Amino acid sequence: MSSVEFRKELFADERQDDLKQIGRPAIRQDIRGHVTGRTAYYDDHLFERLLHMRCARSPHHHARIRSVDTSEAARMPGVQRIVLAKDVPNNLNTLLSLINFGKDDEPLIAGTKVSYRGEAVAAVIAETELQARQAAAAIRVDWEVLPHVLDVEEALKPDAPQVNAVYPDNTFDYEPYDHVKLRFGDVHKGFAAADEIVEATYQMSPIEQAPMETCGAIAVPETADRILCHTGTQALFFSLGTTAKLLDMPSSRLHFVGGTVGGGFGGKVDSITEPMAVLGAVLTGRPVKFQWDREEEMQVGAPRGAERWVIRDGVMRDGRIVARSFTGYFDSGAYTRLSSYAGTKGVGHLPGPYSIPNVAANVFCIFTNRTPATAMRGFGITGVDFAIECHMDRVAERVGIDPISLRILNAYRDGDMKAHRRTAKNTALVECCQVVADKAGWRLSAEDRAASSLTGTTAERQAIPETALDEEGRIGERRAGRVTGTAPTERSTGRLPAGTRGRDHAAIPVQRPDMEILSERVGHRMPDPAEAGGAPPLAAAAPARPTPPAASPPPARPASASPPPASPPHAAPAPPPAPPRQPEPAQPAHRSEPTAPTAPARGGHDPAPPAQPKPYEPDKPFSRGVNRPGVSRFLTGRRR
Amino acid sequence: MTLHSGRGFACINYPIGMNLGGDPAQALVHSTPDGKFMVTLSAIDLGQGMKSVTRQIAAEALGVPIDDVYVDTADSDTGPHDMGSFASRGTHRVGNAVIRAASEARAHMMEAAAEELEVSPADLDTDGAGNIHVKGAPTRRITVAETAIAAQFKQGRTLSGRGIFLIEPSGVDPDTGEMSPVTCFAHAALIIDLTVDDETGEVEVTKINSAYEVGRALNSRLVEQQLIGGAWMGVSHALYETTEPYYPDRREGPLDFNAYLMPGPGEIVPHDIAILERPAPDAPFGGKGPGEMCANPVLPAIANAVYNAVGVRIDALPITPEKILRGILAQGGARPQGQRG
Repeated sequence: MSSVEFRKELFADERQDDLKQIGRPAIRQDIRGHVTGRTAYYDDHLFERLLHMRCARSPHHHARIRSVDTSEAARMPGVQRIVLAKDVPNNLNTLLSLINFGKDDEPLIAGTKVSYRGEAVAAVIAETELQARQAAAAIRVDWEVLPHVLDVEEALKPDAPQVNAVYPDNTFDYEPYDHVKLRFGDVHKGFAAADEIVEATYQMSPIEQAPMETCGAIAVPETADRILCHTGTQALFFSLGTTAKLLDMPSSRLHFVGGTVGGGFGGKVDSITEPMAVLGAVLTGRPVKFQWDREEEMQVGAPRGAERWVIRDGVMRDGRIVARSFTGYFDSGAYTRLSSYAGTKGVGHLPGPYSIPNVAANVFCIFTNRTPATAMRGFGITGVDFAIECHMDRVAERVGIDPISLRILNAYRDGDMKAHRRTAKNTALVECCQVVADKAGWRLSAEDRAASSLTGTTAERQAIPETALDEEGRIGERRAGRVTGTAPTERSTGRLPAGTRGRDHAAIPVQRPDMEILSERVGHRMPDPAEAGGAPPLAAAAPARPTPPAASPPPARPASASPPPASPPHAAPAPPPAPPRQPEPAQPAHRSEPTAPTAPARGGHDPAPPAQPKPYEPDKPFSRGVNRPGVSRFLTGRRR
Repeated sequence: MTLHSGRGFACINYPIGMNLGGDPAQALVHSTPDGKFMVTLSAIDLGQGMKSVTRQIAAEALGVPIDDVYVDTADSDTGPHDMGSFASRGTHRVGNAVIRAASEARAHMMEAAAEELEVSPADLDTDGAGNIHVKGAPTRRITVAETAIAAQFKQGRTLSGRGIFLIEPSGVDPDTGEMSPVTCFAHAALIIDLTVDDETGEVEVTKINSAYEVGRALNSRLVEQQLIGGAWMGVSHALYETTEPYYPDRREGPLDFNAYLMPGPGEIVPHDIAILERPAPDAPFGGKGPGEMCANPVLPAIANAVYNAVGVRIDALPITPEKILRGILAQGGARPQGQRG
């Protein structure tokens, strides 16, 4: 059916295969528990007097809450407590405030208006899940339905409904613009010089992370005024920090336990179930479980958001792509969650693994009246890779070149300059193309077979070109009707000199020498601090985050009547503290000589044949586990 | 009806770790009195093998057998801070933190053993099987267990270590998009073979050939599982999945797995994988996280193969039979594009 081979002969001179544990097919420490059904997940912890929490949710895409009538629900059997927005001590948050990125824009429970169908407006805590469900259904809300917007490009129009009060333009603020810009070279000059222009639009659908275990948490009051929370989170301290912030309590009062999760794929970073359960435990003094059912997981829990990408390529008849522009739209749904991060990450990925001398992008994170989007496997990258690689085939067809050959021709090589102004290293795209073509019997030309990631860079490919800049799309301009276009503009307002770049950023060195692994024990060449522009002290020169800390007040918006002040012309390298550009060596210093006959620094290294996986053999015969005799299953704290 | 064969290609690279850095991970390592080692993390095992790979990394860095290492994950009272399991950061960030913690613990272990053997720590090495010996004199040795007992009960010394790994946080220049996104990239290229039924619009993926460059396969079987599972997810994403079938309209959203389509056991595709290893200088033993990137090339490769089969470009996911049939209808029939390669 399927097969795996290790191509140890490739890059063998950069690697030693004499490690003792690394590379072995060691069996998972936890697999026996998983396959015998005895691993404890968060929901396997049972507690006496456990309460269940369920939400009443909006049936509308966008509506103002005139009032919430909980009187009938409160009288229903088993109901212990109704929870409303006013019960959340600090009812406005954004996930990435934990790294000072973005403004608080999302309530845990909506109080004044809902901005997507399924948004929580109240919660019921009851003795059983059924009672909680029935009472949640009995909550009556007086809605004033508002106009809604569901399409990203519609949401950019000046008269579009305002989805999120914190971002009244329906775009996340990437100060000072309403989108992330990438400018490298002069893309419009590139288009003018190209033989062919290839343009297309690509659309991703929202999809579900679909873990077997839905999101959930159980919170339990403990002695010493602390709360224990068993959770299926993908990010323990993310969820802990978010809970502490929303509930306005010291994080030291929270004890989170998790670590064994029934699938995540990105959908368990959002940290909604943990603050809900902990809030329930605080309000009732009893253990509370808050868990999504499958319907909530699919329609209320954040999906991978939809993305729309417009790609425009300028290509020469020989297949060289000389200019590429992107217009990207991330559909964030009603709140930011993590989509703002995806916008930045996506831009750092452009123009894909290719060396293109002129690249521009405008990427928007847009608010619409739909379920907020969040992370999923490949976040920020999967969608644009779909677009880029479909587009590469379109380009190949237009110029009449084999699709793999087109990729190898344009592939980035060690030493090439990338559009985000950092040098490519440790690349291996060409080799992947060659190996897979060989496996599938896809014939490549002799030239393509001879290509290598180690060679092919040139002084031109290593250089940063003079770059056309513009200031179009400042925050608020679009809403005011002064800007309508979304693609990178042709109206350049300045030129950035060739070669302008700041310094690279790398790992912080170990705090004590004992923590550094001996270089002869690591099996490959370690990073050279000099290569990364020196290992800088943390405090020294980190450029500021693009947005101010969440704790500080949001920056004043430009007055809508007068145009924003023009920013000073670009005279110096872009990030303020960056040193002047160092001349780069013609050949990247880190590259090993492709045909070097000299032995590597550390002894011999015959490329050992790949370790053949042995079938698993238990050291002891398998026996089915049982609880201790005479002890209640429930008293063990485990269901199984 | 006719079944048209199509073949499609795609290749990608993938950034490893949180974009722009600033995502620390910590690890603690300590020995039990009998020379076993406990790795304490707050990282999460989602099924991807976090516990396994950090266990191997710790064993390698300590120089002890893997059976003598145990990994505990995700208790906020005992495990030091970690940002979480996302952005392909687990192996790279947590793995590096574990190496640092294990290296410090190893240094203490070698000092303790040196005191027992009355030599200099620099003259000692581990054999990976539970012994510490004088370099060049393998019989002059002490076991790790004896070393730990001596350290604990005689020397009053802990064999423990702390590790943190952090890529310096940085920002984006708003005018140029200049940034230091990540320090490490994985690579992949993939060829899909499939058939398209021009009467029903149905696609059957018949074969995947792939080449994945992962830096170093830290656990060969876990990498294999990630790649096979990830490619399956890519097929599912390309052909089946949507929570909003009429996006941007929100009608007809699925509420369970009866309506949310995914490939079943009958649609598992034979997949021949080649693994390439070009170690990343700052990754743990060179290993890049394969977990996210492995699904990405499948989507465009399928779209390209569908075009190759019937001449219809589907630029909006998922690639449903309805979209293919409408495309075939609009162009007046299937237009096979010829054999690839």
